[in-house]
Amino acid sequence: MVPLLAIGPAPLALEPLVAEVSRRAELPGSDGAVATFLGLVRNHNAGRSVRYLEYEAYEPLARKSFERIAAEVTARWPGVRLALHHRVGHLEIGEASVAIAAASAHRADAFAACRYTIERVKQIAPIWKREFFEGGDVWIEGATADPDDSRAREVAERAACA
Amino acid sequence: MRVTVRLFARLRDITGSAELGRDIAPGATIGSVWQQLVADFPELASYERSISTAVNADYARMDQPVRDGDEVAFLPPVSGG
Repeated sequence: MVPLLAIGPAPLALEPLVAEVSRRAELPGSDGAVATFLGLVRNHNAGRSVRYLEYEAYEPLARKSFERIAAEVTARWPGVRLALHHRVGHLEIGEASVAIAAASAHRADAFAACRYTIERVKQIAPIWKREFFEGGDVWIEGATADPDDSRAREVAERAACA
Repeated sequence: MRVTVRLFARLRDITGSAELGRDIAPGATIGSVWQQLVADFPELASYERSISTAVNADYARMDQPVRDGDEVAFLPPVSGG
């Protein structure tokens, strides 16, 4: 059985996540959609040629952050089942850093939950990427993580429902 | 009292340690642990307004008291995904 929420060094794949959220349908056959998202390591960023990335995380808090995001999704989109896996360690160009699957009776909720989840990961999960590019390396620093910041949550919800 | 300080990403690079033991006075808060670190590593000061903090792997505020044996984490702005 695949955990719905996970962080670790293993390569990511969507199929097990799709299977797991589908298996958890309240009534067999009641799902109308599974939306998925795969975040990939891109070969360019901010004008730099990226060679590879290294991800690190505060894993116990990252797992709790994923649980929080899943609870937010369930509260906002009842009936949606969510799977979220994030990778850490050395990732080559083209490899997946994050995989998300959201299953629902209706596609609108599945798409929205999937988008909301990646926005919230970027806001509150204690995960960092170090970019190794042609000529140097740099820690990427995005959002100050604050799970209780309701404005950040609204931003994620607006992106999800746009 | 003694706490374990966890440092991540560039904060770890600045201090050269992922984990540090720190003796603290009774009544210490996360903020006073941070100030003690900044005194030792002045380069950390620029993160004062952008870090997040956690105690025992739960997000917490700077004014939260810390207790003997706590794990106090300082987190620079995150960049997962």
